[in-house]
Amino acid sequence: MPIIKAEEATKDYDVIIVGSGAGGGQMAFTLTLAGIKCLMLEAGRAYDPVAETPMFQRNDQAPLLGSQTPDKQFFGFHDATIDGGWQMEAEPYTQASDKPEEQFWWWRARMLGGRTNHWGRISLRNGPYDFKPKTRDGVGLDWPIGYDDVEPYYTKVEQLIGVFGSNEGLENTPNSPDGVLQPPPKGRAGELLAQKHGKTLGIPIIPIHRAVLTQRLDADNLPAKLFPGNAWAQKIVGDAMRLRAACFWATPCGRGCSIGANYQSTTVHLPPALATGNLDIVANAHVREVLLGADGKATGVLFIDKLTGKDVRVKAKAVVLAASSGETVRIMLNSKSTLFPNGIANGTGLVGKNIMDTVGTSLQGQIPALENLPPYNEDGAGGSHFYAPWWLYKEAEKLGFPRGYHIEMGATRGMPGGGNPLPDDLGAGAYGSKYKQEARRYYGSFMGFACRGEMIPNDNCFVELDSTVKDKWGVPVLKWHWKWSEHEQRMCDHAEKTFKDLIGAMGGTVRSVTNGRNRIDPGGKIIHEVGGAIMGTSAKTSVCNGYNQTWDVKNLFLVDGTPFPSNADKNPTLTIMALSWRAGDYIVDQAKKGML
Amino acid sequence: MSHHSSHHSSHHSSHNYQEPEPAGGIVPAIARLPRRTVFKWFVAVAAALQLGDTQVFGAEPIPSVPPLIPPITAKGYGSDPQLNKFYTPGDAWPLTLSKAQRAAAIALADVILPADDLGPAASQVRVIDFVDEWVSAPYPGQLNDRAIILPGLDWLDAEATKRFGALFAALKPEQHKALCDDICFEAKAKEELKAGAKFFSKFRSLASAAYYATPDGWKAIGYVGNVPSLTYDGPPPEVLAKLGVVQTVK
Ligand SMILES: Cc1cc2nc3c(=O)[nH]c(=O)nc-3n(C[C@H](O)[C@H](O)[C@H](O)COP(=O)(O)OP(=O)(O)OC[C@H]3O[C@@H](n4cnc5c(N)ncnc54)[C@H](O)[C@@H]3O)c2cc1C
Ligand code: SF4
Repeated sequence: MPIIKAEEATKDYDVIIVGSGAGGGQMAFTLTLAGIKCLMLEAGRAYDPVAETPMFQRNDQAPLLGSQTPDKQFFGFHDATIDGGWQMEAEPYTQASDKPEEQFWWWRARMLGGRTNHWGRISLRNGPYDFKPKTRDGVGLDWPIGYDDVEPYYTKVEQLIGVFGSNEGLENTPNSPDGVLQPPPKGRAGELLAQKHGKTLGIPIIPIHRAVLTQRLDADNLPAKLFPGNAWAQKIVGDAMRLRAACFWATPCGRGCSIGANYQSTTVHLPPALATGNLDIVANAHVREVLLGADGKATGVLFIDKLTGKDVRVKAKAVVLAASSGETVRIMLNSKSTLFPNGIANGTGLVGKNIMDTVGTSLQGQIPALENLPPYNEDGAGGSHFYAPWWLYKEAEKLGFPRGYHIEMGATRGMPGGGNPLPDDLGAGAYGSKYKQEARRYYGSFMGFACRGEMIPNDNCFVELDSTVKDKWGVPVLKWHWKWSEHEQRMCDHAEKTFKDLIGAMGGTVRSVTNGRNRIDPGGKIIHEVGGAIMGTSAKTSVCNGYNQTWDVKNLFLVDGTPFPSNADKNPTLTIMALSWRAGDYIVDQAKKGML
Repeated sequence: MSHHSSHHSSHHSSHNYQEPEPAGGIVPAIARLPRRTVFKWFVAVAAALQLGDTQVFGAEPIPSVPPLIPPITAKGYGSDPQLNKFYTPGDAWPLTLSKAQRAAAIALADVILPADDLGPAASQVRVIDFVDEWVSAPYPGQLNDRAIILPGLDWLDAEATKRFGALFAALKPEQHKALCDDICFEAKAKEELKAGAKFFSKFRSLASAAYYATPDGWKAIGYVGNVPSLTYDGPPPEVLAKLGVVQTVK
């Protein structure tokens, strides 16, 4: 992938984009295809999934059988994430409290494409309720925009990246227009069994939506839908779509996909953006602050070239931050000036406030019906095929917690190795051939159920700059404050009971130990961190408007999760991309009007 | 990681281990080591550790490593290793089990994962190379396991010598069985063999983690994936029938 050196970034750029993940990738795509000259700055190294992805490698072909280590902290050795994790030596962060339950786990990736190289590809639309939660139940915050504003962009993103799923017409779980979604993959044994028993409990278990191509993109027709009347853009996008293969039903998506069958910024957004000739990318560019002109507009950014350690200033007519929500907040707070002594666009003091993650808790069951199944291939689309959207909207008042959760589930006959397939209590001391028989018997009989729920923003969850600690390049780091509220705790009580009921209905037994109020996963653990510079209807109560544009600095845009005023149970990335595309169209429009 | 000379949690010092009788002719190498020290320490470590907790990052390695467990000085593979490559044990860092430990480990792995109609024995798929790589790794979780496995293998030879007058690898099948039956299930092991049982459990877990990572292991357990295909057909009719479900995705 063509990348330029820091010292070569001297063109007259229209827009600087900080970060190359979901938000930054989408923005680069939208702007460059509209003829806008962009410079993308990425703190991590360049990365090419086509050349680097370990596709068919087995666990016995990796150090430590592929297991997690402090160097590879999530899916283990073959995980696409490089130079990232919960902790990164060069870029620490601090906690305001030493109580574990008041700490935030901050996952970061430092590589071209960011976290989109290894994310779970779960791509759910927010529903109409999710944009107006306060209007519905009186807590949290409303968005200044509604579902109808975002719907056309959900459709466009789905058409561009390719999302499989089904339209079930369930409450606040939007259908996509006909023909937009790709066909969902077949259910696996455990998923079908959960679906059957879920029905008896009133839990609708249906095909999930994931950004995986179950067939090739329709490169002959989609580009015209995305770029009507623009033959040049259609050609570039069509060519890029033709380079992507359909899923071949093997190899876990968390390693990335060398054949481009799932969405990652590096295979979907960046290649066509580069093909326009309107995009330069500088890697290893650690952005420290946004520079401000005397007129109160952003003039460019200051970054540290990690290869030389030198400060570099680059200029443009507008700046877009998409460094992941925590990092975008950090850059804003570090951008101090006489006009904004507390950080750029932070006249309200709201930058860093209203940080949210997803509410997570999970339970594992062992299901005798799944024991000793005739071996068959469950690799499928490299991740889950089914899930349960929130189904109790009508009962919110009775439940004692206002918002919902969806259920993600994991089944089961995945690539073995790297772990003990037979827990000691089930093995009961087996060794020898008995052990091998028992391992085979139990393999594939474990199923995990996870709550992914909506957290309501609260005053105890925020970040500020640490007054003493700096990263390797001398940039002040974030200090996290965190506390779940009673809403989230009650949701977890409910989820746990639901999972017990479901595992019970399937004839199984609960495996995991539940731990009262500590069962809720720590803040950040679900890696859906959003908020920190919320959008709203007024410059007094929010940091940006409904177009991700900061109120205080008209040519500064935030297109990662920072502007989210609420964090629906739906995983955030599809919404990040839809809003980024929408903000990109707005920037193009403003540029045409000479407003930037 | 710090290497203090061994100081032990005093509440374990009440365990009274018997010195094995030096058996006629065979004096295992371990018999020349200060075994009392090793055993006490081994018990303390096994009790202190949450077995299987290798996923907790930042967990401190066992603070007190007795001098006879050689320290690991190698570095990890870093946060940006080459991924699209085939690694084999020894590539990332040197293997460190002694000859005697490897011999005991190979024998024990074959007792746990023997050749049978489900597949070959552990030794035929190099299980010990993976275990050796594991206990030779410079990461906290693996260092904790090292502190169980190395003394455990030494103990196994000592226990074999005490009971049968031969190193573990040289025992007859029924002698293997007699010894392993006593330590294969921690919940039921006798108090004085609890540490041995903890070691056995950890070793079984590592050996099977390796065994089932290999193509032969896949066959043994019933994994048939990692092959590209034009379609995904989902569970075949016999699986659907056994479960009493229908495929709901057309
Ligand atoms: C294991 C895992 C599974 C996930 N599964 C899902 C899922 O199924 N569905 C879902 O919706 N979401 C999922 N997510 C979350 C998803 O990855 C994020 O929501 C998404 O990537 C956010 O996009 P982003 O552009 O805001 O940030 P990122 O993708 O993180 O990109 C930010 C980029 O900015 C760069 N950057 C950071 N700081 C600087 C700086 N100072 N200067 C220059 N560049 C900088 C980073 O290096 C990075 O490349 C998952 C995340 C993880 C880790
Ligand atoms: S499962 Fe499919 S989409 Fe996922 S990595 Fe493998 S081939 Fe690519």
